[in-house]
Amino acid sequence: MSAVRGERYDSSGLAEVVTQALDGNRRAIARLITVVEQGGQAARDVLARVYPRTGRAHLIGVTGAPGSGKSTLVNEMAKAYRRQGLEVGIVAVDPTSPFSGGAILGDRIRMRDVATDPHIFIRSMATRGSLGGLARATADAARVLDAAGYPVILIETVGAGQSEVEIAQFAHTTVVLQVPASGDEIQAIKAGILEVADIIVVNKADLPGADNAAAALEAMLDLNSVPTRLHHGRHLTAQPPAGDGDSTAQHWRPPVLKTSALRGTGVPELIDAIQAHREHQQRSGFSRLKERERVEGELREIMSRALLGELLHHLSAAELEHAVTRIVAREQDPYTAAHVLMAQARLPQDKKESTEYR
Amino acid sequence: MADRKVRVLIAKPGLDGHDRGAKVVARGLRDAGMEVIYTGLHQTPEMIAQAALQEDVDIVGLSMLSGAHMSIVPRVLAELKECGLQDVSLFIGGIIPDDDIPRLQKMGVRGIYGPGSPLDQIVAHIRREVGDD
Repeated sequence: MSAVRGERYDSSGLAEVVTQALDGNRRAIARLITVVEQGGQAARDVLARVYPRTGRAHLIGVTGAPGSGKSTLVNEMAKAYRRQGLEVGIVAVDPTSPFSGGAILGDRIRMRDVATDPHIFIRSMATRGSLGGLARATADAARVLDAAGYPVILIETVGAGQSEVEIAQFAHTTVVLQVPASGDEIQAIKAGILEVADIIVVNKADLPGADNAAAALEAMLDLNSVPTRLHHGRHLTAQPPAGDGDSTAQHWRPPVLKTSALRGTGVPELIDAIQAHREHQQRSGFSRLKERERVEGELREIMSRALLGELLHHLSAAELEHAVTRIVAREQDPYTAAHVLMAQARLPQDKKESTEYR
Repeated sequence: MADRKVRVLIAKPGLDGHDRGAKVVARGLRDAGMEVIYTGLHQTPEMIAQAALQEDVDIVGLSMLSGAHMSIVPRVLAELKECGLQDVSLFIGGIIPDDDIPRLQKMGVRGIYGPGSPLDQIVAHIRREVGDD
């Protein structure tokens, strides 16, 4: 075997792999995901080729605390979609160790039923330093699957708990898992995970306390039932287009469902609810608004990453070291230091030299 | 900036249910900075090859304590080849009698690590195999 991953393709080689992936070749799809995960110029080339073919899949996020049954439920959901004759892509994210940079990706353990289905594609991803429950390239991996023709894509987040909001920005429908006896009502009204839910699922409903948990969640939702143009807790900046005369179409109240992924109960109802949410979003015009918001957020993020890279490119290691030393010695605060460094980095190259000569 | 990681599939084929060894190796590889896809128990050769394909791994490690390695390994190699993954390196761990080692190597197994093998050796083997040393 030659060099590790990444230097495998030149530009025309990549174009060939893209063509194969768009035809549904699974090996090619797997390789493209590796390329977009690595980032850099090759990833940009791939995404540029793939992007025009995206936008067809229904992206469904599944999030919830560690051990709440996400992988097991995703396995059941995939089986349900297969019964409808739909092909399913699955992207499952697990955390990267912040200490070693390595990761153990164990989501396939619970997905064994669908492991050999030729119409299901499962890809495990490590967060590689991203916070917020997804990897930087999760969206791009889903795009590869979208372009390859998978009409349903299930995205399983890291089980971080209370702050996984990224998925709500990216997925069309976000399913939040809760388990019985996982905290009182106050947990449910804290900012965070419930705000991002389009559908709330009390999983492990075979355990005692499931009815109580569902009732508590319903009660909390009732507190929040004033119809506003809030979307995931944010006021949308634009007015949604007038619906088809149905004023209730403006507001989506997340249903609370009970499932037992272990026994497979409640899953058909969940699939129906996901479909109802999808139709509601399209009918009410929210899906278009949300798409614009998501694209704007993504643009900002890409630019801020690129800008940081560019700034760092213009700063020498010594300049950075010097600033760190001064901050550690309490000679300068980090905000001032960052401000000074950014000003230095922005100086055009010729100016920089002339000031040094002076 | 390109972000490269060695991706390793660790699988337990066949019927034995003892996965402590596989977990120790998975953990050790994680600590060496690798991404380890762990499939869990009772994997068929087809499941292993499909996972290797979808996850685009560089190398596959099988843990076998059941004594069925002489029948399972050729089937895993055949399935990998079927998927076009003949360039994916295969190593195995577990209880492998010395007499079987030359035959397994001849089949195409690139590394064999019995009980007590230092993790460093396995990490070094993987880095060598994937050209990351």
